[in-house]
Formats: sequence, structure tokens, C-alpha cells
Amino acid sequence: MSTKIVQGVPMPGWPMRIFKGLVLLVFCAVVIIPFVGVISTSVAPNKQINESGGLVLLPKSVNFAAYESLFAGGVVTQALFVSIFVTVVGTLLSLTVSCLLAYALARPAFTAGRPILLIVLFSMLFSPGIIPTYLTVKGVGLLDSIWALIVPTMISAFNVVVLRAFFMNLPNEITESARIDGAGELKTFTYIVLPLSKAVLSVIGLFYAVAYWNAFFSALLYLNDSKLWPLQLVLRTYVINDTQLGSAELGTELLPPQASIQMAILVVSIVPILVIYPFLQRHFAKGVLTGAVKG
Amino acid sequence: MLQRSKTGPQQQLSLGRRLLRDRVLLLFALPGCALIIVFHYVPLLGNVIAFKDYQPFLGITSSDWSGWENFSVIFNGDPAFLRALKNTLILTCLQSIFVFPAPILLALLLNSLFSERIKRIAQSILYLPHFMSWVIVVALFQQMLGGSGLLNNYLRSHDLATINIIGNSELFHVLLTSQIIWKDTGWATILFLAALSQIDSQLYEAASVDGASRMKQLWHVTLPGLRGIIILLFILRLGDSLTVGFEQIILQQQAVGRDVSEVLDTYVYNNGVLGGAWGVAAAVGLVKGVVGVVLVLTANKVAHIFGEQGVYQR
Repeated sequence: MSTKIVQGVPMPGWPMRIFKGLVLLVFCAVVIIPFVGVISTSVAPNKQINESGGLVLLPKSVNFAAYESLFAGGVVTQALFVSIFVTVVGTLLSLTVSCLLAYALARPAFTAGRPILLIVLFSMLFSPGIIPTYLTVKGVGLLDSIWALIVPTMISAFNVVVLRAFFMNLPNEITESARIDGAGELKTFTYIVLPLSKAVLSVIGLFYAVAYWNAFFSALLYLNDSKLWPLQLVLRTYVINDTQLGSAELGTELLPPQASIQMAILVVSIVPILVIYPFLQRHFAKGVLTGAVKG
Repeated sequence: MLQRSKTGPQQQLSLGRRLLRDRVLLLFALPGCALIIVFHYVPLLGNVIAFKDYQPFLGITSSDWSGWENFSVIFNGDPAFLRALKNTLILTCLQSIFVFPAPILLALLLNSLFSERIKRIAQSILYLPHFMSWVIVVALFQQMLGGSGLLNNYLRSHDLATINIIGNSELFHVLLTSQIIWKDTGWATILFLAALSQIDSQLYEAASVDGASRMKQLWHVTLPGLRGIIILLFILRLGDSLTVGFEQIILQQQAVGRDVSEVLDTYVYNNGVLGGAWGVAAAVGLVKGVVGVVLVLTANKVAHIFGEQGVYQR
């Protein structure tokens, strides 16, 4: 599609092509090596970790002791449950709320459509600032509640605009015929519009999911109780700030070396993203997002 | 026929009747709209505490007005504020010079590849870091460049001098900039690649028939094709010029100290949420927000003067 623009232009010489290939190879290596190092260290034997002084790029043998201690029911297991809950419930709520709003805004005959659309669009222009947002969340009583990780960020105006653009591009005849057959707005929405929008729904859903999974600041800001900490906060405390994880925190007597535990926590927080990444990727090619933004 | 008979009487319905008719749609829009109002517009109004002597036990409405007093740290040049401003400006300059052009160059490189397959594989790899949280990115950098990280272990095992990168206050700004480049350069190419694919291939053919070298084609065909999107993104970047990465900095502030790491956003967080100086923190946050909007509007105006489209049309 895009490479066709070089039609009619002579191919560059081999030195140039090799040079480009090398540059690209270096860039890709810089991206990949940290991930390889972290995954390898999490499964590498103790002796090898100690010899290398920290990170291992190629484990001599594989053992999952670090993971066993993480899933023994301590701090990390707890945080994993919090993160999974926030991501799953948050994404479902976000999608529902955003789609309903976007659908209403996509209907040209909707009386209040214009002012509501302006409310959505204008919210993208200004960011209200950290302090007033914090006081609002405190004011509605969400402080130190797991819902503080979901409710304040539940809707993204940008995603609503993308969804609305997509709904508006659906052929009018289909929804019109459903209406003539006597379907109300709810029926048209659930049985006609949603099934036709699977592609955009999965992209937006994945974006919401990644945002919830990665959320760190809202947890830092709104949660004091460490029982409610999501994985990202645990990661900060025990990996970045290097606080020791003992048997009290892990809930097990089994204590592999700190380095492999730390790397295992990192892997646990990276893997879900790696798993959904191919699905995300499938949709980049279709240009769902860029297309919608332009429209 | 049906369409016409439907739209005809619609105009004559009173507003109340029309809202009643659209009650289902109103119900659809309600939750989302309420969330945006409560968590966006209410805090926006909450900025009035910048003009108040806010006491948590009194609440926003009962606290006394204090005029411009909270803004005195800005107008009188409080050293801690000036320090945050200085670091913010240094970082924003570094980002405009090094972070902004990086994806343009990478997109040109990717676009010039002949093999569609290599291009796709490279894209999959280079987009990946964008989806990692800042916590993960900072942790990965520690593991690579930290005291017991991969680089220093390698140097040590070869009896070479180790380099102190993480936790070194002199290199902190460079470290922050390189972390952003690592995380977002790949992903940011997406818009430039889309713009590149829009350029008419006949322009290249015509240029090459006229004997333009590849460099000349880059200058006279490719770059003009990218001008619109570059200007658009630069305007948006300007609006964000006082936002230089909050999570990223908060995560690493402990290690290097506030002298080099305090920026406006961390100043607001540290003084307000942690320090309890709510009014002052809100005042700094408010000025930052207003300056951002003014910058976008001004940049957009300048773009219009030069005949570009900018973010919105006139």
C-alpha cells in the first residue's frame, strides 16, 4: 500500500539497503533486549544470577520458584486480583457507557445531541488539574476505594468521539429498516449497531483495558490502604524502590533470590499486555483509529 | 415519503415534547455525560480554590476568599517554584529537539523499506513499548543501566569502569528524554506513516523523470507531504509544553532529589496532596493549564497566518 510510492524510482544500492537494515536491527534490539533479560532472569537458577551480578540474558536452566512464591497468596497475588478486577470490570463499564453515549450522539435526530456533543468535545480542550480532581474524587467519597481506580477515568472523550464517528459511518439504511420493523432504540443498538461494530469495539476495549492495567497514578493518589494496591504500585514499591520482599509479604517460606522475584513481578505485569498485543496489532493495519480521527 | 412526513411535524413539536420522544436516547447519554461533568467540569470549577484559603475541614464553599494571595509564589518568584519551572522548561526544550523529530525520521526510514514484511515485523516490535506502563519502563531502564544492570555488569566483567546513569542527577534530564524516546517513538510513527501513504506516487514518478535524486525527492515531495501533520502535532505539543511527564518523574524523584527532578506537575502534587498547601498548588496548576490553552490558541493562529490548517479551522 504505502511502498508503492517508490514505483519508477531506481532501487538504492546494496550498501544503502544493508545500512538501513542494520539501523533497524539495532533499534529493534534496543526494544527487545530489556524484555528478554527480565524474562530470562525470572526463571534463571540462583547461581547464574549471582555470578552475573544481576541480569541474565540466557538462562542455563529454567525454574519457576520465583513465580511459585509470588502466587502463594501474599502481596503480589492480592495485587494481581485487584488489577484483574479493575481491568475487567473497568473495561466493561467503560465500553458500555462510552458506546451508549456515542450512539445517542450519532443519531442526527437526537434533540439534545448538539449541547451534549459540545460538552464532550470541550472537555478535551482543558485538563482540570491534579488538585481539583483529587478533591472531587474525595468529595464523592471514592478515596480509599477500589472504585477510585475505575470511576474517575471510566470515560474518555476521545474514545467517545472515535466511536461516534464509526457509528455515523454505518449505512443509514440498516438502522432505518430496523426502525421501520418496529425496533426501538435499545433493540437497534444491541442487535444492529453493536454487532456491526465489533472491530472498533475491540480496539477501543483493548485501549481501555491497557489503560486500566497500566494505571499507576490514580492508585498512588487515591489509595492509602496497601491491600487495595494494584500491580503497578507493588511493582514500584518492590522493584523500583527495591523494598525487600520477605516471607511475611509473600505469605510463604519459600524464598528465591530477590532479583528473580523482582523480575517475576515485572513479567507478571508485562505478560497480559504481550498476550493482547497481537489483537491490538491486527487492528492497526486496518487503520480503524486513524480513519475515525480524520472523519 | 415516510421520511418527509416524519420530519415535517418534528419542527413544530415543542422542546419538551421532543425531549420526551428522545427519552431513551437521553437515558443512553446520561451516564457518560454525568461522568464527564462530575470528573471534568466539576473539578474545572473546583479551581476556584486557587483564590481561596482552602481548609479541608471547611470544604471549598466555606473556606475564605484570599484573592491572588496563592499566586504570590509565582509572582514573587518563590525559589521552589522557580526550580520547578526551570526544570520543566529544560525538559520541554529537550523533548522538542530530540523527542519530537525522532518518529519523523523513523517513519521515513520505515517508509523507504522495500520489503513489506520486514517493515511489518519492525513495526510490531517498535510499537510495543508504547503499551508498557511508566512503572515498567522505569524498571526496565534500571535493569539495563542501573548499578547492577546489564550494562554495568558487562563493563565490570571486562574490568572496565562502570557508568553511574540511574540515580545520577547530572544525567537525569537526558535519562528522562531517552526513556520517552524508547517508549513512544515507534508508536508516534503511526500518524506520519499514514500521512506518507497519502502522498501521490505520481509525484515521485514525475520527480524522478525530471531527474530528481532521492534526496531531492525527500525534500521536494516527501517533506511537503508531511508538513500538515507535522505542524498539527507541533501545535498540540506546544499546548503540552508545560507537561513533561508526571508518572515518569514521580517514580524516579527519590533517587535523584528534587533539585533536578521537580517539575510543575510534581510541584503541584508534592505541595498540594502531600504538603497540604492546597490553594498554592491549585494556583500553580491553574496557571499551567491556562498557559497551555493560550499556547495552543496562539500557535494555531500563527499556523493560520502562514496558511496552514492547524488544529481547527477558522
